[in-house]
Amino acid sequence: MSPAPILIVGIGNPSRGDDALGPEFVERVGTALADEVTAGRIELLTDFQLQVEHVLDLTGRRRVVFVDASESAEPPFEFTPVAARRDASHSSHVLSPAALLDAHRTVVGEPPEAWLLALRGERFELGEPLSPRARASLAAAVESFVRVIRADEGLPEQS
Amino acid sequence: MSFPLEKARDPSKLRRIAIEPVSRVEGHGKVTILLDEHDRVHQVRLHIDEFRGFERFIQGRPYWEIPVMVQRLCGICPVSHHLAASKALDLVVGARKLSATAEKVRRLMHYGQILQSHALHFYHLSSPDLLLGFDSDVAKRNVVGVLAAYPELALQGVMLRKFGQEVIRITAGKRVHGTGSIPGGVNKSVTAEERDELLRALPDVTTWAQAGVRLIAELHAKNRELYETFGTVRSNLLSLVGRDGKLDLYDGVLRARDADGRILFDGLEAEEYESVVREDVRSWSYMKFPYLAALGAEEGWYKVGPLARVQNCDSIGTPLAEAARQELLASSPGKFIHAPLAFHWARMVELLHAAEVIERLLADPDLLGRELVVTGARTGVGVGIIEAPRGTLIHHYEVDAQDLVTMCNLIVSTTHNNQAMHEAIREVARKHLDGRAPTEGLLNHIEVAIRAFDPCLSCATHALGKMPLAVDVVAATGERVARIVRDAEHAP
Repeated sequence: MSPAPILIVGIGNPSRGDDALGPEFVERVGTALADEVTAGRIELLTDFQLQVEHVLDLTGRRRVVFVDASESAEPPFEFTPVAARRDASHSSHVLSPAALLDAHRTVVGEPPEAWLLALRGERFELGEPLSPRARASLAAAVESFVRVIRADEGLPEQS
Repeated sequence: MSFPLEKARDPSKLRRIAIEPVSRVEGHGKVTILLDEHDRVHQVRLHIDEFRGFERFIQGRPYWEIPVMVQRLCGICPVSHHLAASKALDLVVGARKLSATAEKVRRLMHYGQILQSHALHFYHLSSPDLLLGFDSDVAKRNVVGVLAAYPELALQGVMLRKFGQEVIRITAGKRVHGTGSIPGGVNKSVTAEERDELLRALPDVTTWAQAGVRLIAELHAKNRELYETFGTVRSNLLSLVGRDGKLDLYDGVLRARDADGRILFDGLEAEEYESVVREDVRSWSYMKFPYLAALGAEEGWYKVGPLARVQNCDSIGTPLAEAARQELLASSPGKFIHAPLAFHWARMVELLHAAEVIERLLADPDLLGRELVVTGARTGVGVGIIEAPRGTLIHHYEVDAQDLVTMCNLIVSTTHNNQAMHEAIREVARKHLDGRAPTEGLLNHIEVAIRAFDPCLSCATHALGKMPLAVDVVAATGERVARIVRDAEHAP
C-alpha cells in the first residue's frame, strides 16, 4: 500500500507545557480532517523529537508538514517552506526538519516538498498545561491550516 | 570526602571552560573544567539536571495512569519507564506472577526497545567518533557524515531502529505513548499477522546485528591501546541477572561484583534495593551519587549498563550473543573490563542478543494467548526494576487506599553511573587535556567518554531554538573570552 501523499508530523512532549503544541495540533487537525485521514489522503504522526529513522516516514510523500512549538516564531505562528540543509542538529538526539530532509537525500533520495508550521509557545515546564498564548496560537493555526490545505489540495469543504 | 579533580584548591585563580550542553546525549548536560594559566587541569565536573520534578508530578495521580505518564520522562527510552512502572504496580495489584502471554508480550516490547535504543546509540550517536575519529572535522563528525562515508552501515542502523520501533508499535499499540502494559499484565497480545510481519524482517536484523558486533570488535583490534585505556577507571558493577544467573534484561535479581569480579551480593529481590544502595549528595550537584551501602560512598560507586551486565551475568542464553560475549571477554584474559569504549562492544553484543530473543519469542505460541491480566491481594507498595538500555532502572511507588500515588522514587541509569562518568572524564582530562591548549577536538574527547555511558540526561524540551550547544571559555575574572555555538541556526 502506498503511503498517504500528505504527512503531518507533530513534534513535542505533551507533558511539558507549550511543547505539547505539535501533538495538540495534530490531534485537532485529525478531527477536522477526519474524512481525509480515513480515506488515506492524509497521515498523521506525532513524536517527541525527530530522529534519523523518520526519513523512512517521509519516503513516498508528496508533501510533509512539520509542526513544532517555537520560542522565536512570530505569534501566533509562522508557516514556511523547509529545504534540506545540513546543520549541527544531527549531533544530538534530535534532528531539525531541515537536517532530516538532508538525511533523506543521503539515504533515500530527493526529499518531498516540506513545510514547517512553527507555533509560538512560551512556557515549557513539566506538568504545565498549554499557556493562554499558546492556546490562541493553536486555535488560529488549526483554523488557518485546515482552510489552506483544503483549498490547496482541492479538498471539499467540511460538511 | 572529595575525589581527585572534584574540587580545586583555589578556583578563583583558574580559567573555566564549559561544554554545554554535551552533544549527542539526551537532554541538557554541562561539563565544567578549571584550568590554570599553564592549562593544567584542576577540577572537572559534569552537571546534569535532576529528575525530582517528575517525581512530584507523579504524586497524587491514580496508580493506573502511571505506566503511560512516565513515558513522558524520556523521548529515547519511554518503553523502559513504561515497563518499570508496570512491574512496580504489578505488586500493588497483587500480580506477583503474570500470565505467560503478558510476560512474553512485555519481554518482546522490552527487547524491541533495547534493540532500537542500542542501534540509535551505536550507529547514530557514537559511530561518528569511532569511525571518523575523535579529532576529525567537526562538520562531518556526525550521523550525516557517517551516512556519506559509510552509507550501507548507516542505513543498517536506520533499519535496525525502525524494526525495534515496529516491535514496540505492535506490542505497545503505538510507536510513542503506547498503552500496552498495564498493572497486572498487558491490554493486548500479538496477532498472527503482526508476528509474521516481524518474522519476515528478522533474518536481515540478525545479519546486521552480527555485522555490527564484527565492526566494533575490529575497531578494538585495530587500536587496542586507545580502546583499553581511554577514560578507564576500575569500579564495582551492578545489574539484574536472571534467577539462573544468565543475562536477563527484563527481570531477575540484583547482583553486584567488585572491580576484580568478586561477587559482593547476589540474589536480592527488587524490594530489597534500599538495603544495598544509598544515594550521596554533593553541594555542587543537583544529581545524586549512588553507592553500595556496605562499601561507603568513596569505595562503593559502581557502573551499570551493557558493560556491567555482560560481565555480571554467568552467560547469555542465546548462542550468537554468547559467542560474541566470549570474544569480548577474551580481549582481556583473566581481568574484568572497565574501559568506557568497551561499552560499545557490550552494547552490540546485547543488540544481537535482543534480535535472538525476539526470534525466540515470536516462535512462542504464548505470545498469541488471551489471558492478559491477573490480579491478587492489593498492597500499598511496589518496586519494579528493569535493565533499561543504559542500565538499571528502579521505580518505587507507594499507593494509598484511594488508589493515589503518595510516594515515587525513580533511580535512573544515568544517576547510577554519575560517579563513574565523573571518574572517566577526569581520567580523560588528565591524559588528554592536562597542559595542552584546549581545542574542539580535545574537548570532544570528554564528550566521547560521557557518550560511551549513553547517559539519558533529564529530558528537556525540544522546541525549536532550545537545543544549542555552547562552549564557553571564561577567564578567572568571570569574563567570557570566547564562545562557540553549534545548533540548527549556527551550522559548523
